Amino acid sequence: MDPTELLKLLGIVIVVVGFALKLDSILIIMVAAVVTAVVGGMDPAAFLDTLGTSFVSNRSMCIFIMTFVITGTLERNGLRQAAAALIRKLKNASAGMIASAYGVVRVVFAAFNVNFGGVAGFVRPVVMPMEQAAVERDNGKISDKHLEELKGISAGIDNVAWFFGQVLFVGGSGGLLVQGTLAGLGYDVSLVDLAAVQVPVAVVAMIVAIVYYNVLDRRLMRKRAKLVAAASASGSASGEKDAADAVAAAADKVTEAAERVAAAADKMASAAGTGVDDAAGKGGE
Amino acid sequence: MGEFIQFFQSAGVTLSDKLLEVVYILIGLVAIYAGLRNLTDKTNEKRFGSAVFWCVLGLLFMVGRWVPSTWVGVLVIVMVIPAIFHRVGRGAGGEPTQTEMQTNYDKIGMKIFAPALSLGVMALIFALFTKISSLVGLTFGVVVGGVLLMVFSRSNSPKVFLDDSRRMLDTVGPLSMLPVLLAALGSIFTAAGVGTVISNLVSGVIPEGNVVVGIIVYAVGMAIFTMVMGNAYGAITVLTVGIGAPFVLSLGADPALIGSVALTCGFCGTLMTPMAANFNIVPVAILEMKDSYGVIKKQVPIALIMLVAQIAYMIFMTL
Repeated sequence: MDPTELLKLLGIVIVVVGFALKLDSILIIMVAAVVTAVVGGMDPAAFLDTLGTSFVSNRSMCIFIMTFVITGTLERNGLRQAAAALIRKLKNASAGMIASAYGVVRVVFAAFNVNFGGVAGFVRPVVMPMEQAAVERDNGKISDKHLEELKGISAGIDNVAWFFGQVLFVGGSGGLLVQGTLAGLGYDVSLVDLAAVQVPVAVVAMIVAIVYYNVLDRRLMRKRAKLVAAASASGSASGEKDAADAVAAAADKVTEAAERVAAAADKMASAAGTGVDDAAGKGGE
Repeated sequence: MGEFIQFFQSAGVTLSDKLLEVVYILIGLVAIYAGLRNLTDKTNEKRFGSAVFWCVLGLLFMVGRWVPSTWVGVLVIVMVIPAIFHRVGRGAGGEPTQTEMQTNYDKIGMKIFAPALSLGVMALIFALFTKISSLVGLTFGVVVGGVLLMVFSRSNSPKVFLDDSRRMLDTVGPLSMLPVLLAALGSIFTAAGVGTVISNLVSGVIPEGNVVVGIIVYAVGMAIFTMVMGNAYGAITVLTVGIGAPFVLSLGADPALIGSVALTCGFCGTLMTPMAANFNIVPVAILEMKDSYGVIKKQVPIALIMLVAQIAYMIFMTL
């Protein structure tokens, strides 16, 4: 192959290196576009023409602006509170089941393009306190290690559900980008078909995540049961009562702190949560 | 203007395309509203840049179809300049308070899910039962949801909707234009012949005419490129032109299946990379975790299983 042909790949190198170095995304794209046009021998008029034609034919990718007409006001009218109430219906579930239930609700709503907060807006203020309470139902405080694991699981199920759920939405940005890319190559596909082929993928993804996370949760609970048994075996009768009191007091403090955290996180979420999540969602997983 | 009127009167243009053009005009108005509100917002330090960005975006939506595409290209450049120089920002305030959301929830309760789900339901209904674009259906769902919200609460005036949509636009900012700009980059790549160069290169490495190998390279490539770039949208633009089209689609595989699932193979990469900070690193901070990779570690097994499952799915459906 003619080595000068390889120069045409400069744009791709710019995109890959630029994103990897976390440079300004829009700048990377524009520089890559200009460089590709120059090395590909396009004149400025042809470049602007291609840019303009592509923008106009891909306006559909900005349909999210239309959804914004209602999403902000939904948040204002208590959407997140309603979702929290829905999840709170689980009274005696294990932490793993709470995470799973959240995942199922999240994937279903993602398929309808409804986002009620993600990690900042929902996992921290609602899911984490519930999981912690589920573990502490035996009146012992959760260990830091255990809590850390649950945080990872909850953020994990949030991502898995959101990623595989949003591609089920007819008119989501992922489907629109694929449709636009394929159209540029001469393949016409419908948004419904792009979403339909994702149904089995989403089902399998949720099953895999739920099974895996519940296995991890059980393992954590078994480890905890062993620790509790060992602790009570070594403690004397009088010491045990004191220890129980201390645990209860600590647990109270934790609940209080959790409530404060929830309020703070909620505030933060309305400032950034939905936004960050959405920006990221639209910005591409 | 004459062309504009002709378009809407023409019998040769489908109702769906006419309505979609109306949707774009509405989107343009929403963006221009956000731009103008930012212009007069004293709390926004970057109000001029923000106004230019959103107003030009709105203009592009409204007139993009009716002016020569070279001009549209110029307008796109004008739009991204304030974004590149970080002159697009947001003002203070506008968020609903905790009390407001709780009071509204106490009043409206679970009924809030009806307007929330109306967009998806309408998009689906239009897609399945009409010849009109699902995006028009989605817009219709926005109208239905808006009416429901107004019925539920008198305080939901049209101005509340507009100001809330401005708040949402301000929050997502210029990065929300990433998919459109990446698609534009993709068409520049195609126009400059980048796809041909890649496929010439790759054909030296992978056997041509073997759809199974093509699918595996495309899917694994999506995951790896996404891990490096931290962004599956960028990866799909590049790899579909270079690998997907010449090594999989040209062999007769279903483009909807391959294109769509390739994107979610990229998502598997997203689940495994610290480059996707929004999803994998920011949550670590929000949840105050000790291990920076605490979230990624919990996602890697699922991502690997799903990558294999999706490759198997594509091969099974193609053969």
